[in-house]
Amino acid sequence: MNKILENTKLSEQVVKMVFEAPVIAQKRKAGQFIILKIDEKGERIPLTIVDSDAQKGTVTIIYQIVGKTTAQLSMLKTGDVLQDVQGPLGNPTEIENFGRVVCVGGGVGVGVVYPLAVALKKAGNEVISIIGSRTKDLLILEEEMKKVSDRLIVCTDDGSYGFHGFVSVALQQVIDEGNKIDHVFAIGPVPMMKVLCDVTKPHGIKTVVSLNSIMVDATGMCGACRVSVGGKTKFTCVDGPEFDGHEVDFKLLSDRLKTYCESERVAYEQHRCGCDGN
Amino acid sequence: MNNIGVDVMETKEKKEKVPRQKMPEQDPKVRITNFQEVPYGYSEETAIMEAKRCIQCKKPACIAGCPVDVKIPEFIKEIAEGNFIGAAKILKETNSLPAVCGRVCPQEDQCEKTCIIGKKGEPVAIGRLERFAADYERNSGKISVPVVAKSNGKKVAIAGAGPAGLTIAGDLIKLGYEVTVFEALHKAGGVLVYGIPEFRLPKAIVEAEVEGLRQLGVKIETNYVIGRTKTIDELLEEGYQAVFIGVGAGAPVFMNIPGENLIGIYSANEYLTRSNLMKAYLFPEYDTPIVRGKKVAVIGGGNVAMDSVRTALRLGAERAMIIYRRTEVEMPARIEEVHHAQEEGVEFLMLTAPVEYVGNQDGWVTGMKCIKMELGEPDASGRRSPKPIKGSEYMIDVDTVVVAVGTVANPIVPATTKGLETNKWGYIVAKDESGLTSREGIYAGGDIVTGAATVILAMGAGRKSAKAIHEYLSNK
Repeated sequence: MNKILENTKLSEQVVKMVFEAPVIAQKRKAGQFIILKIDEKGERIPLTIVDSDAQKGTVTIIYQIVGKTTAQLSMLKTGDVLQDVQGPLGNPTEIENFGRVVCVGGGVGVGVVYPLAVALKKAGNEVISIIGSRTKDLLILEEEMKKVSDRLIVCTDDGSYGFHGFVSVALQQVIDEGNKIDHVFAIGPVPMMKVLCDVTKPHGIKTVVSLNSIMVDATGMCGACRVSVGGKTKFTCVDGPEFDGHEVDFKLLSDRLKTYCESERVAYEQHRCGCDGN
Repeated sequence: MNNIGVDVMETKEKKEKVPRQKMPEQDPKVRITNFQEVPYGYSEETAIMEAKRCIQCKKPACIAGCPVDVKIPEFIKEIAEGNFIGAAKILKETNSLPAVCGRVCPQEDQCEKTCIIGKKGEPVAIGRLERFAADYERNSGKISVPVVAKSNGKKVAIAGAGPAGLTIAGDLIKLGYEVTVFEALHKAGGVLVYGIPEFRLPKAIVEAEVEGLRQLGVKIETNYVIGRTKTIDELLEEGYQAVFIGVGAGAPVFMNIPGENLIGIYSANEYLTRSNLMKAYLFPEYDTPIVRGKKVAVIGGGNVAMDSVRTALRLGAERAMIIYRRTEVEMPARIEEVHHAQEEGVEFLMLTAPVEYVGNQDGWVTGMKCIKMELGEPDASGRRSPKPIKGSEYMIDVDTVVVAVGTVANPIVPATTKGLETNKWGYIVAKDESGLTSREGIYAGGDIVTGAATVILAMGAGRKSAKAIHEYLSNK
């Protein structure tokens, strides 16, 4: 049982949650994730660890309300408990002093790229960060990202704030400025990651992506999260979650993420009806 | 008292004529519409009648056939005398999970295979009697709690709450050790909860057995992935004086044929975990979804394949197929399971193997290209090895595929434990039956040592390592 200490909205759809998980808090490294299951009937969902406090024994996650489970999660209050939290899972990000790195985060992916930016800065890198969202109200962690970045570029798709355009366009501009970039970390929706990889590939810039495959056990047991990387089948949970973006088959990833679309819609609708009824 | 029982006792001739008692079962047409257990179990009368078929051999061959040395004639004698609670007590002296073993052990290859009665006719139904006694005790509410020795203050950690881990936990707690079991998933039981379906092993039974261990003082830490949450070495540093690794052979095998990552193609592990552990068959009451295919092909001929194909039927498949590259004779599944599957309408496509999957634009599997096989010379396993017949390829329409061709070792524990010797398949090397690994104080048993095997063999391994750890820590 993991007690919730904070569950606050960062934007209309994005929520930050802090809960007790002392062992995970001590052990976790940047890039790792947890599996969370709210209650007896809940599903197991993977969520990246955004931050942790080893002394307080707490773990922070950021999630987007996209379906039944995340909607249910967003309704929990301080003092409520999560029945099951398993972790830390996956391989930590390979952090070293690459030189100049660019951390790109889109939407809720900013929450995932944030701990990487922290670790990369600490390792001595010059960190350029590009974060984006559809519109100003959906932007998260701007202040936090500013603190750990040598330079921060904020983008909105609709131009309501910062640079008017996609993060991929901003990245292209940074490259075009002639800055030598040693490493790119790109995390966000699948189409965004694909486009970012298309931008960096011609320049031969190593680009790491973090994949959000569907998982069940997350310990290498089921293969639900299999992806194709460099033509080989890999399990996101134990071989990832980070891979060389230039090798990832994004079409397969995107297809497989849609496996339960219909079921998810049914569950979400039932949930909303239930909420309205109360 | 029932009259039949009295009659049977009258003369020896009549006694021999009593046939092996059948267990009543759910009608196949009905049971494929639900997930309830297939056999109902013996009534008290039938159990007594079956128990009286046992001739109480002076030198019982049946015990030698049991990996955990259950005192078979003794417990059967109690049933014959109507003392069902007494029978359960004897069972639990050597078997911490009798209700489970009575259901899933391959008795036909073990105790019942060596039963003397079986030489001339059908062997005593030892498994069904074991199940009866264990169920009787559980349902009576008079569950006997074994005697636990006074704590000796020595701590033992167990990685994995499956059959091996639960057995060794039960054995060591009785000897006075402080036992903590670390389980990666959110529920204890291992394959008993994620793998074996409800219709073959009701989860309430596993929960009751696990609860029994908790009452003895066994601590069970769920959501604890050894190798990730903590490593074996960290456990040793924290004061555990011995560790037993019973993490199973949990990684699925795929065939690496084109199209295998299409949507609708599952590993048996995923398919069964969704249905059993996550209760996806109750979606949307439970949150985890599963693809409810209409044309389902299950690749493989073992028990896991049978469990998968019968699950598919219950999830609404109109056509549920077993695709196996050898023939029915070579199928490793228990005869009883094959029989149940056939009764339920599963199609068996023998001497057939998939070579490629095809899908639609959205990435869903729509068809499976198969090739016909013929049997050649026996291979290393003694089974005749299948060879493809050139030009025999043909297509089968499918919307769901379950790949049940085996499992391999999960590398998380070996990869995070320095100096732990593994063999070329990644399984942990044990010196002998004790399960002692290349590291002092670290023991291993069950599928992570042997490769995928049975529940009872894993339990046997747990039992032997318990003895070895007890010896090791007694001399320390």
